[in-house]
Amino acid sequence: MSAETRREKAEQIRHLLDTEGENVRENASHFNENRYDAIDEFDEYEELRTTVREIKEDAIERLPELVDTVTESVEANGGHVYLAEDATDANQYIENVAGDAETLVKSKSMTTEEIDVNDHLETAGVDVYETDLGEFVLQVADETPSHIVGPSIHKSREGIAELFNEQFDPEEPLETPEELTEFARDYLGERIRDADVGMTGANFVVADSGTITLVTNEGNARKSAVTPDTHVAVAGVEKLIPTLSDLQPFVELIARSATGQPITQYVTMLSPPVETPTLEFDEPETPLSESDGDREFHLVLLDNGRTAMREDDQLRETLYCIRCGACANSCANFQHVGGHAFGGETYSGGIATGWEAGVHGQESAAEFNDLCTGCSRCVNNCPVKIDIPWINEVVRDRINHDETTEFDFLVEGLTPDEEPGGVDLQKRFFGNYADLAEVGSATAPLSNWIAGTAPARALMERVLGIDRRRSLPQFERETLRKWFDSRGGSRVSPADADREAVLYPDAYTNHIEVERGKAAVRVLEALGVAVEVPDVASSGRAPLSQGMLATAERHAHEVYADLAERIDAGRDIVVIEPSDLAIFAGEYEKFLPDRSAERLDDSSYEIMEYVYGLLENGGDGESLPAGDGERVAYHSHCQQRTLGLEAHTVAVLEDRGYDVLTSETECCGMAGSFGYKREYYELSMDVGSELETQFQDEEARDRTVVASGTSCLEQLDSLLERPSRHPVQLLDPDQ
Amino acid sequence: MSDVLTTFESSLDGLDVATTRTDGDGFTGALDDAIREPAVGVPLGLDDVSLADTAVTVDPTAAALESARTGVTPVGAGIATYGSLAVAADAAGSEPVSLYPERHVAVLREEELHADMDEAFAWLGEEFAAGRDSYVFATGASATADMGEMVEGVHGPAEVHVVVLER
Repeated sequence: MSAETRREKAEQIRHLLDTEGENVRENASHFNENRYDAIDEFDEYEELRTTVREIKEDAIERLPELVDTVTESVEANGGHVYLAEDATDANQYIENVAGDAETLVKSKSMTTEEIDVNDHLETAGVDVYETDLGEFVLQVADETPSHIVGPSIHKSREGIAELFNEQFDPEEPLETPEELTEFARDYLGERIRDADVGMTGANFVVADSGTITLVTNEGNARKSAVTPDTHVAVAGVEKLIPTLSDLQPFVELIARSATGQPITQYVTMLSPPVETPTLEFDEPETPLSESDGDREFHLVLLDNGRTAMREDDQLRETLYCIRCGACANSCANFQHVGGHAFGGETYSGGIATGWEAGVHGQESAAEFNDLCTGCSRCVNNCPVKIDIPWINEVVRDRINHDETTEFDFLVEGLTPDEEPGGVDLQKRFFGNYADLAEVGSATAPLSNWIAGTAPARALMERVLGIDRRRSLPQFERETLRKWFDSRGGSRVSPADADREAVLYPDAYTNHIEVERGKAAVRVLEALGVAVEVPDVASSGRAPLSQGMLATAERHAHEVYADLAERIDAGRDIVVIEPSDLAIFAGEYEKFLPDRSAERLDDSSYEIMEYVYGLLENGGDGESLPAGDGERVAYHSHCQQRTLGLEAHTVAVLEDRGYDVLTSETECCGMAGSFGYKREYYELSMDVGSELETQFQDEEARDRTVVASGTSCLEQLDSLLERPSRHPVQLLDPDQ
Repeated sequence: MSDVLTTFESSLDGLDVATTRTDGDGFTGALDDAIREPAVGVPLGLDDVSLADTAVTVDPTAAALESARTGVTPVGAGIATYGSLAVAADAAGSEPVSLYPERHVAVLREEELHADMDEAFAWLGEEFAAGRDSYVFATGASATADMGEMVEGVHGPAEVHVVVLER
């Protein structure tokens, strides 16, 4: 990416932060909080997630068979099924069905957005009306959806009122939500009664009964399906599920995951053509029992790249997506900037990378894919358990490879990674950060001085896209490992120890946040643990986050080689940097043989989780300093939270007498290298402002700040006047 | 009084949906109290009660459907934990009658209540097997937040009232 491109990207993001950020943030955060509440109250959540995951895996596996089944069942009901190869094919079929129709009414459907059916039909002379109020607003404003569930969440009430007043010039200007809703209802009600064709999407299609399921709140989908005599439903082939009983867990999960409602107002399950008498609003005196119209039904099943996605081992999971938007709502970046930045041609949010790469091509995904920082907050919130960060990393890797040209082999031999020559310099810089840190420490403080000078910062910004407003981490001349060796290794000998642990010297702890490493060693020793700080490869987190998967995989093999024997010797692996623990527990499954990944995962602990375990098992807490009621504000780390390990830190600190307040944001906004990048610096600071607000308010202002992740600490340093530390430093007997 | 009915009523209450309990004798009065005229409806298909002596126009014309304030329909089932009503897309027109007017009055026999979604889907499976394979689970009034804050009564009804015929 050129400096110019980065500047333009930064400009686009700033514009969206200014114009749409506030509305998106309010609405997406609202969905997010409601979802957490709804799931808290729903005991079957985890069980049903497992169930629906299995149903989806099975359905996608059996997809060709389900297409045959649904074709038979819909035809037996008296309807038609058309399997459309791509958008053009689907649009042509729909145009033929519409025939000489003058108007068509639609309910909300992202799949019809995907094929741009409205434009196609308008060109063919059919007037199309979106009847979902959010979609209607966008149609009037000529804008695209900014969210897959709430397409117009970027619009304010004032903005909609202004739009309607300008466009429709009502006798009395519209102002309140009630007035706007009533106006839209009346306007669209008339269009629905007059329409020749009704078009809906489908949230699920039950193959063996030919049942279209629509999950809605307004009632417009019901009206669109049942008022015109002809109903066309457009659904991606992945929406097929085998039987009616498979539908139930989805019904119980989808609304909770999407908006936090237990169930939507309407779950419409129609096996059309339906028996409902046709509604003859043009013959007002005909009773329902005497209406004699025939109902016609067409199910358009859209492939448009889905068969290829099904055959792609990495993109297949995307087809399990039920489009609830939970990944978008739980994403800090999305909450701040919305789907107009965090989205491609059609889809937005974390999973959109998979959808866009699959249906529109990698270029569309490349536009926004970097906005996924891999923070993993979406992972536990996805009702079908899709590994959304992984899909983003895979697609990023593919984009890196696609950008490689024939001359890039010249670069390949000069870099320490496994990647092709075309990888963006910025990505390569951050991806190889561990190598850089080696040099940085070896040459400190000179490296820090040089890197800190204005000319160097200007150069870094221009060449590497590192924003000069961001202060750089300072390398320590004495690394943790050097310090550990020079003090003569562990002060607790294995012979006297209750347990033996390897403290993993991640690149940040070893070279930058050395003090937290020293504190960790002393805390472990105080609790009777013999500590070893060996030379272990860096985890591969850095290259993974840049989409340099081959490099990340090499790191995984090296780490395992460095640790396997130690695990066999009964030592525990203790990790300070949560993102490194997260890659051990997560992505290593993809890089290592199952048994190896499992063995490493089973033996690895986050430092405060480990301390918690030691204290729970008879460790002497009194050997650690007491908190004496000191007030602490703690920001856990996004990936640490996803692993369910925030609570351990809180419990340990409380056990030692600290008064702990925890942060409420999904992510600090820094997310590794993300916040350093020229194009994302402002978004990063915008996301961070939430944390700043919480930690500066009355309840938190005087609290000592602690955070678990290196990049969170960097971010907090730039957000707050007061310093921040790792929580293990509060426990340091030598502080 | 059954637990299921109590749960159902409490779920409906949470949705701002009022419930009237009645029986064969009290039905006509209870229904007339529940509707706002003009009201249209579809035959209830029940043995001991009907809309015959009420103010409801059965088998309405399209014009009557459009101008009605209330639509009265039987519902095939109620789901207690959710407060949902299963409206059939049947030949009598329950779907449009429950959908077009601003107020939906649903008539339900207590026996047709199901405790939860498991039971409701078991029932629905039987209905599908019997060829009655189009239903809407309707839960509360239609709603939208698309205009800046939550507004009830969008394309579907703004008010729902349930009349339960006790065992």
